[in-house]
Amino acid sequence: MSDIILKVDGLHKRFGKTEVLKGISFDLEKGQVLSIIGSSGSGKTTLLRCITSLETADEGRIEVDGNVIFDSASPVRDSKRETRRKQLSTGLVFQSFNLFPQYTALQNVELAVRLLAKERPDYKQNKKAIKAEIEKNAMELLRSVGLEDKAGNYPCELSGGQQQRVSIARALAPHPAVLFFDEPTSALDPLLTGEILKVIKQLAAGKMTMVIVTHEMSFAREVSDKVVYMQHGVIAEQGTPEELFDNPKSPEVRAFLNKFED
Amino acid sequence: MPVSMMPLSVFDDFANVNISLLSGFKTTLLIFFITLAASLPLGLLITMGSMSKIAPVKAVVRTFVWIIRGTPLMLQVMIIFYGPGLLFDMPMRDRLTAVLVAFIINYAAYFSEIYRGGISSIPQGQYEACKVLGMTKSQTFFRVVLLQVVKRIVPPMSNEIITLVKDTSLARVISVTELMKSAQDIVNQRAIIWPLFYIGVFYLLFSGLLTLLFNFIEKKMSYFNG
Repeated sequence: MSDIILKVDGLHKRFGKTEVLKGISFDLEKGQVLSIIGSSGSGKTTLLRCITSLETADEGRIEVDGNVIFDSASPVRDSKRETRRKQLSTGLVFQSFNLFPQYTALQNVELAVRLLAKERPDYKQNKKAIKAEIEKNAMELLRSVGLEDKAGNYPCELSGGQQQRVSIARALAPHPAVLFFDEPTSALDPLLTGEILKVIKQLAAGKMTMVIVTHEMSFAREVSDKVVYMQHGVIAEQGTPEELFDNPKSPEVRAFLNKFED
Repeated sequence: MPVSMMPLSVFDDFANVNISLLSGFKTTLLIFFITLAASLPLGLLITMGSMSKIAPVKAVVRTFVWIIRGTPLMLQVMIIFYGPGLLFDMPMRDRLTAVLVAFIINYAAYFSEIYRGGISSIPQGQYEACKVLGMTKSQTFFRVVLLQVVKRIVPPMSNEIITLVKDTSLARVISVTELMKSAQDIVNQRAIIWPLFYIGVFYLLFSGLLTLLFNFIEKKMSYFNG
């Protein structure tokens, strides 16, 4: 079990009086893909936001790649620098891309890594080499999502699918241990979802550890090693795609999946 | 009729009028540029106060902005000029200083609201994207948010700055001889009307130049949508 890279234990999150997460526990091995499915309001997005530190959970424990991100039993008190280092162990692809509009595709991918490189002690001496290295890596990432020729374009000049692919490259640039996707195709024209799913499949083939919140059932089935079904803030059922999609144990999962077959 | 062929007295008149108007215009320019230079940064400071997480600071600053925006600039000029003398027996020596103080405070309050609107219009997703990419708060503001804010506030700022061109004429209420007052003096002394039309052209040209400048800035930033 030493290959566990993401471990979530007894996670609770409340917004005012509403308890959105009511004790979520799961783990994920390195190189695996986990899909989280469930109807709207079941807490899927909140779960991702807690793991990626956009929200602070109320109770429980989160560990990513050996880093304790959150622990209500012994609160984490990190320096700012340490917090940022841990932050970069996770990457997040947003539903609405959130690209930086004033930067080109390439600059979007490079920005965070460039700013981080400035803190390196050898940055001043090797400025040119470091910058060239960062650009090379960013171009490589854009190539891997099929957008090498759009490196110099601004987000407003790209289609939704292209923007989302840039945002995937941007999330990958700081080399996160686990990459999270929050409904990455929901804001897209159905014709454009295919190009995103293709990129995710390609990442899965490259053994990138990923957690994907999605409504694309056939895709989830095809790409995942593990599927989690969430309902009302709890994990109602989890298992392999075959278990969950072919032989769901609970009537809720069956009812949920039936809706998608129409 | 070309100027050189006019009777000497008319030409003489025209030259003299121009000389007094130009000295008034110099004061107008001075008020305009000093107000702008000081109130642009001061406005940012007020924005920080009115967006502060400390409730009392926010309440005090927002009340201050409400008072400044809710009363006439002319009244503020008069209070700042006459106030120290009548209240504390420390009369203001320099009229122009009183005008500048009032204008700077007034315009900083207006600018602060424009900045605040611009900052709060940036989608939360931009901040979240920066956070998950491990960027610090200052990197987030200076590298990502600021330029988007600037782009969004150019139109309302240009409006406000063009208003400032015309508001400089309020300085005459405490007898500062800016363009408006110098024209009025001429009208009173010589019983001629044309200097009033003539300074209208000054204001028009001035605001016209500013309009061109702001159009240029807007165009410069049209390469992105945000």
